[in-house]
Amino acid sequence: MMLLWMLAIPFMAGMLAGVFGQSSSPFWRDRAPRWLALGALAVDFVLGLISWLSAARSPFLRHRHWLLQLDWNWMPRFGIRFHLAMDGLSLLLLMLTFFLGMVSVLVSWNEIRERVGFFHLNLLWVLAGITGVFLAMDLFLFYFVWELMLVPMFFLIALWGHERRRYASVKFFIFTQLSGLLMLVAILALVFAHRAATGVMTFEYRALLATPLSSTAAWWIMLGFFIAFAVKLPAIPVHTWLPDAHTEAPTAGSVVLAGLMLKTGAYGLLRFALPLFPSVSRQFAPFAMALAVAGILYGGILAFGQTDFKRLVAYTSVSHLGFVLLGIYAWNALALNGAVVTMIAHGISTGALFVIAGLLQQRMHTREMGRMGGLWDVMPRLSGAALFFALGSLGLPGLGDFVGEFLVLLGAWPVSRWLAVLAAAGVLVATFYALRLVQRAFHGPNEQAWKLPDLRRIETLMLAPMIVALLWLGLFPRPVLTAVAPALGYLQSLGKPGILRSDRLANLGVPPRGIALFRPGSALVPPVLFRNIPVARVQALRLQGRAPRPKGGKLR
Amino acid sequence: MRPANCGADVYPLLALAPAFPFAGFLWLATLGARASRKAAAIVGVGSVAASTVVAALLAFAFFTAPPPGGAYTQTLWSWIAAGGFSVRVSFYLDALSLVMLLVVSFVSFLIHLYSAEFMREDDGYSRFFAYMNLFVASMLTLSLANNLLLLFLGWEGVGLCSYLLIGFWYRDRANGRAARKAFIVTRVGDTAFTLGLLLLFNRFGTLNLPRLMHLAARQWPVGSAPAIAAAALLLGGAVGKSAQLPLQTWLPDAMAGPTPTSALIHAATMVTAGVYLIARTHVLFALAPPVRLAVAVIGAATLLLAGCSALTQYDLKRVLAYSTISQIGYMFLALGVGAWSAAIFHLMTHAFFKALLFLVAGIVIQALHEEHDIRKMGGLRRDLPYAFWGFVIGGCALAGLPLVTAGFYSKDLILWRAWSSPSGGPALWVAGMLGVLLTALYIFRLIFLVFYGEQKTAPGHWPAWRIKLPVLTLSVLALIGGFVNLPPWMGKAAFFTNFLHAALPPAAQTRGGLTEPLSELIAACLFALGLFLAWWLYALRRVPRPASGFVDAIRRFWFADWGMDWLYDAVFVRPLVAFARLDRHDVIDAGYAAVARVHVWGWRILRRSENGRLRWYAAWITAGAVILAALAVWA
Repeated sequence: MMLLWMLAIPFMAGMLAGVFGQSSSPFWRDRAPRWLALGALAVDFVLGLISWLSAARSPFLRHRHWLLQLDWNWMPRFGIRFHLAMDGLSLLLLMLTFFLGMVSVLVSWNEIRERVGFFHLNLLWVLAGITGVFLAMDLFLFYFVWELMLVPMFFLIALWGHERRRYASVKFFIFTQLSGLLMLVAILALVFAHRAATGVMTFEYRALLATPLSSTAAWWIMLGFFIAFAVKLPAIPVHTWLPDAHTEAPTAGSVVLAGLMLKTGAYGLLRFALPLFPSVSRQFAPFAMALAVAGILYGGILAFGQTDFKRLVAYTSVSHLGFVLLGIYAWNALALNGAVVTMIAHGISTGALFVIAGLLQQRMHTREMGRMGGLWDVMPRLSGAALFFALGSLGLPGLGDFVGEFLVLLGAWPVSRWLAVLAAAGVLVATFYALRLVQRAFHGPNEQAWKLPDLRRIETLMLAPMIVALLWLGLFPRPVLTAVAPALGYLQSLGKPGILRSDRLANLGVPPRGIALFRPGSALVPPVLFRNIPVARVQALRLQGRAPRPKGGKLR
Repeated sequence: MRPANCGADVYPLLALAPAFPFAGFLWLATLGARASRKAAAIVGVGSVAASTVVAALLAFAFFTAPPPGGAYTQTLWSWIAAGGFSVRVSFYLDALSLVMLLVVSFVSFLIHLYSAEFMREDDGYSRFFAYMNLFVASMLTLSLANNLLLLFLGWEGVGLCSYLLIGFWYRDRANGRAARKAFIVTRVGDTAFTLGLLLLFNRFGTLNLPRLMHLAARQWPVGSAPAIAAAALLLGGAVGKSAQLPLQTWLPDAMAGPTPTSALIHAATMVTAGVYLIARTHVLFALAPPVRLAVAVIGAATLLLAGCSALTQYDLKRVLAYSTISQIGYMFLALGVGAWSAAIFHLMTHAFFKALLFLVAGIVIQALHEEHDIRKMGGLRRDLPYAFWGFVIGGCALAGLPLVTAGFYSKDLILWRAWSSPSGGPALWVAGMLGVLLTALYIFRLIFLVFYGEQKTAPGHWPAWRIKLPVLTLSVLALIGGFVNLPPWMGKAAFFTNFLHAALPPAAQTRGGLTEPLSELIAACLFALGLFLAWWLYALRRVPRPASGFVDAIRRFWFADWGMDWLYDAVFVRPLVAFARLDRHDVIDAGYAAVARVHVWGWRILRRSENGRLRWYAAWITAGAVILAALAVWA
């Protein structure tokens, strides 16, 4: 039920914010939506924290893949269910979502002055969509929330964006919409292939995991998913929507885009592209890794060439997400862990750099670094914070990005030494752009004689937790690595050929096909609408010896 | 209390050595800007003083009650643990890291004390101490790290502080450029270092230093390919950090930073981190003879090239910077011939006398109102006697004045090993000897130009005790610091190298044909020759006018650091910057823009067809029907 709340609270709060926005009283119109949004996300954050802490405390949950589930019938005729589930990977990304969500509300506090209610409606709905993406276990539901996060984001850019907002928002929409359609086609193809093989029409993730596919079909369907996720990630050569969208979006939009929306692409690869098509993905891996390394280097060099503060930061995302892609397709324990840590660390460090870009733009009304310089003179605290996050971006040990990128490199080395060498050179390129950013904006002489206020209290309150989080991730990443271990353990078993599929599915808590005992409606499980943690029940039964153990399956 | 218990009680303090300066950094970075200068100075200097006390306690415990096995390990927490990779935040104290701990904390303390006075008028006072404290914390982490990843954390931390302190006066763009150059060039080396870590972990499944050395020695035969690759990659990191060929170009520019920074980071401690790294992983280098030869050759070449460049510079600090590069070349030479402890010995004495030289240079520069050009100095002997004697002592120690200076003992040990060790040879020895001549020549050139002759700029500022005390202390150390390790003919008193042999194996001696006293005598003669030449050329002002274009061209070539800056600029920097600038708008996006444009054109063309004229429509329909009919007939 907690999962439903996580999804519903921002959604409903968004609707309320929209209603408030229509009010004529200035309090309800301009202030209430902000507090409402902040409150809703804070509640979600606490919910996430509770489930994390309870998972970390309980010895039973610590090693289990799925922590929470919610499985309702939705459109039984098409085998569509309202199925949400959370494992360690989703949990971490949800925590990041709510954290950055709060940051984006705070950063809009002074920036957004028009149509406050509608703004927060869009912001909360994007966040709700992202939450849904991280939770959906039904492919139809997944596609639904995937599209849900797209439309409000389009409005955020198109209505509250900067100078070229129309161009950027339309470009963003076309890229993501086209790739989303490709994914829809792939989902349908997969579902029909499953029906053809088993006679059951279902969009259920775990059922589709066991779909028998010819290798040609698997290739095409996998590519459909891959392209959709690669556009979101973004991998080159489909990255060009990103700099425009990130640059033109309002600050909150940039934070959500870079911090969260890009992660949905990586999450999609981890949750769908690899587990659904393990063998073709293995064949595809070298190509994906080459794309990743090209992205690392090319993105970094593009960032180095920019003169617009925000655009520079935007291109760094191409470079960092290249590490994520490399880690995912290097496909071993180290690299996968590294990819996850990079996702979170990048969310924080790049999110914070966008926040800083927003603060600068609010104060200076420009993003052009040629007009900046010497800002350390007037805003030492803001500049110090910017330096900190730039250092995070260049992979300084002790900060989060380093842990992620180093683990990715460690994992990539045995897979392809040359790609690892080139990716390591990407860290060097990060030095170029990060130092250039610091130099052009904050060091140097204050030639324009800027006189600007330093960080206000609310801004300090916003950046300080991000600093702490990045340090925590860099010096003590264990809680994160522990939380994600079961989910990655499963993925890792997919990366090794030769392990029986039924074993893997058993690790995931899926009973092998043919044993319908635990399906809803069967004798053991009454057809209730809402079943929380069915897996736990199965395992409890197994432990009592009353349920048959799948052949060769491990008990987890 | 019994000595054994005393050690057990003291050793757990180890983590405090880096923790004190780090806490100081945190305080200064968050609250320092609002605190008074006095408070900033107390925290900044006090935290390093506290580390020094911890270091002294540990040293006392180490001598009175050595830990079992000659090493003490303190684990704080598990840093990263994922998929078979496990690294802890853990410190390791053995003879080698103890020496580093002592040298780093003590010299840092003196330089912090000096800075409290030297930086008194700077408006970034607390920022300066924040960076300096972070530096000390990182440097101690580097020295005490129990595994290569933690060492790398300290390694990058000191690189960051170096960047921040070179660019400390950030309003001047040139300083920013020098700072970025330093960070980027050292990071080129660090990339190699990273790859070395990847290789080692994938071979041995650990980055724990003692374990790694043990496994490498057991599993890799001498001269095996992975050992060579691993050692070469680590060497890449060491070459960058220690400003050796071919990555030495950043150090002279790094002199843009405040002088205490140059003394601490770019002379005494950070730049010797590469030497420490190689000594720390000496097992790997012992397994890779070609790489060790490369270390020796790099060292010899660097010490000569940098010595020549030092001769031609006019900036007081740049001369000292080239001198640092040259002296670290000696340390690399020692490492290359397997004389690990001789390298560490020279690292220590060099820290004393080079820090001394820089601190005195700071006094001179401040007294002359920020004048760096030695052509505008002269005759300061009378007005700044304190600085004069400090500089003479430092200079003599650097050039190796026989018997009474520390530099003599450490350098001559290296020269002797370069001759006698099995991997040494006459060529390396000759290079080192030429270096002695060059060193004496350039440092006495400096002394004669700055302190003798006629006065050109009147000194303004006289230093106070906080500046004098560190200079005095370092002067004493520069004189007596070498007595911890006397050559055999002066008695069996090689305490320092014997102490280090617990951590570093002693060097072998094979080659005859020369004895150690004879080698020292030759070095002494070359020192005297250099001194005489400098006196003749610079004190008597017999500097020959550039007689021919050729001599002047050589001078300019050396002045420009053998053209390497120019080369890197032309080969790497310019093409990259040009490409980035050219591709600012991303050529890939042009492809998508073309697709969009094609659609716009198509729309424009097709739009014309919808013009509202019935006749046109009828004509099109007819034409279409005809074409369809034709296709139906012929196809």
